[in-house]
Amino acid sequence: MAKKKYMSGLEKFDRIHPSTNVLFNIIFILISLVCVIPVIFVLSISFSSEKSIQDFGYHLIPKTFSIESYTFLLRQGTVITRALGVSLFVTIVGTILGVLLTTTMGYVLSRPQYKLKGLLTWVVFIPMVFNGGMVSSYYVNANLLGLKNNIWAYILPLAVSSFNVIICKTFFRSTIPDSLVESAKIDGATQLHIFFRIVLPISLPVLATIGLFLSFGYWNDWFQAMLYIDDTKLNSLQALLTKIMDNVDYLSRNAATMGVSSAELARSMPKEGARMAIAALIVIPIGCAYPFFQRYFISGLTVGAVKG
Amino acid sequence: MRAQRETGTVERMKDMATKKEGDAVLKHRKKRWTRDDTELTLLATPTVIWYLLFSFIPMFGIIIAFKEFRINGNFIQSVISSSWCGFENFRFMFTSQDAWIVLRNTLGYNIIFIILGIVVPVTMALMIGQLHSRRLGKIYQTAMFMPYFLSWVVVAAIVWGFLSYDKGFVNNIVTGNGGDPLNWYMMKGPWPFFLIFLNVWKGLGYGMVVYLATITGIDSTYYEAAVIDGATKWQQVKYITLPIMKTVIIIMFIMSVGRIFYSDFGLFFQVPHDSNSLHTVTYTIDVMVFKMLKSATIGMASAAAFFQSVMGCITILIANWIVRRVDPDSAMI
Repeated sequence: MAKKKYMSGLEKFDRIHPSTNVLFNIIFILISLVCVIPVIFVLSISFSSEKSIQDFGYHLIPKTFSIESYTFLLRQGTVITRALGVSLFVTIVGTILGVLLTTTMGYVLSRPQYKLKGLLTWVVFIPMVFNGGMVSSYYVNANLLGLKNNIWAYILPLAVSSFNVIICKTFFRSTIPDSLVESAKIDGATQLHIFFRIVLPISLPVLATIGLFLSFGYWNDWFQAMLYIDDTKLNSLQALLTKIMDNVDYLSRNAATMGVSSAELARSMPKEGARMAIAALIVIPIGCAYPFFQRYFISGLTVGAVKG
Repeated sequence: MRAQRETGTVERMKDMATKKEGDAVLKHRKKRWTRDDTELTLLATPTVIWYLLFSFIPMFGIIIAFKEFRINGNFIQSVISSSWCGFENFRFMFTSQDAWIVLRNTLGYNIIFIILGIVVPVTMALMIGQLHSRRLGKIYQTAMFMPYFLSWVVVAAIVWGFLSYDKGFVNNIVTGNGGDPLNWYMMKGPWPFFLIFLNVWKGLGYGMVVYLATITGIDSTYYEAAVIDGATKWQQVKYITLPIMKTVIIIMFIMSVGRIFYSDFGLFFQVPHDSNSLHTVTYTIDVMVFKMLKSATIGMASAAAFFQSVMGCITILIANWIVRRVDPDSAMI
């Protein structure tokens, strides 16, 4: 008790001066605003009416509040829902597949007695140091594996990263006691059983970390689409935004191929608002989700930073 | 983080111990392939296939840099049937007028990014730990993490919102004050600053997480002793916090030096809208490779990609060698 009192006194004594504290707080408030305002900016443009954008340009607070961009996107129907569907499909399937591929490898590498451990460690390690580069990867994926204009082009190339495998390996090595695996083996369980029935259920923290890395990665990916996807039906939200940024009329042209009159659309379309509304559709789920999952991210990042 | 590293060392020692035991006791068993090994191999097979397809085949495909690549059947057949052309592709690449610009931009931006990518997050991490209110600190940290989760396409849309010629927020303010609107996407001058700012802005949250983990891992008794000896805050930072953070800072530094030949494609391609007027300040190796690939200038693209991969590999190995000398536990190999 006495010690505690003394400690808190020491801590109080060691604090920075109240005026410095105020100064630091002001600095951090400013930086935080710089980090958050751009997102609010996107939302506010997407909620502005097209007329106010045409007349006054983009503003931080909508001059006239309107949801016409969103109703427009809704009326577009197929283009947006397809893109949303592709994004969701890629994120969900990719995350599940990626987690499976990553954790199995991590588990196998974490078994000390495994005979091929050395070889497989090299298999995981070499790609961290050397890679084939964009050109030959592109030809292998597009030409040899037939991923051109294929939804798997979004998923497969990003499924495994050596960084994640190493995080998993480190986790399994330090938290799964060898005796647990051994005793299960004595009871006659196969490694497949041990992995799926025993190891995975007690490894939720690392599953969450890897799963989050992967799902944010898939949701935010636009590069695969630039390389492999030309088919408008296979656009993800990010791909759609990329193309709309290049050309505001993309949406109306694209909708025309899907059965809506192009001329009519080009006239009635809230171009600027629609562009930002798509950005908002991408950002809102992330913005809502990450504060809750930050903890898992942080644990993954710190492990990764230490272990390389 | 110190604690983590220590457990890492302990683990390694344990590994070594089991290895020794294994050597002594199970020597005759070592060569025998058990059912366990078969099952584990089975478990690893899908991932190994993935590595073969998506990492190792492209590694061998890199020899197309020395060939006059023509598509003829599938990729492997085309690689074999294309004729060798020696260093012709490289000669073309290095004599092209963009070679110097690309190299200067890639290395120049990366050097600035590396320095700021350490100085800014370390300063922020040191400051945020001093705030009286822990809760506010957490809130700021969460806010500063936000940009990390935005994709470059979204960032490009945001930047467009600020800088667009006729509707952009910045030009609104300029014209509102009676000035002429500026065509930001045609002006080279400010773009290096925009790009540097965006890079720091996006990486701030990540960097802070890493450094804060180190700071919170420091034993508080150091500070207690220092306070009793009358150390000021600044002295505590200078003589306790920074020396302990030194290893992590050096590791982060060397890791990023290892990637000095790579650039963030999204930052340099999406954000400036691939504007031709900005070409001299935004063209980096990745942008060049991508554009050549899209325009089917495969020879030069493959040479540039080869150059990037090989130089990247060399710098990573050198960086790792240096890490090993500074702190053997943190080395990758």
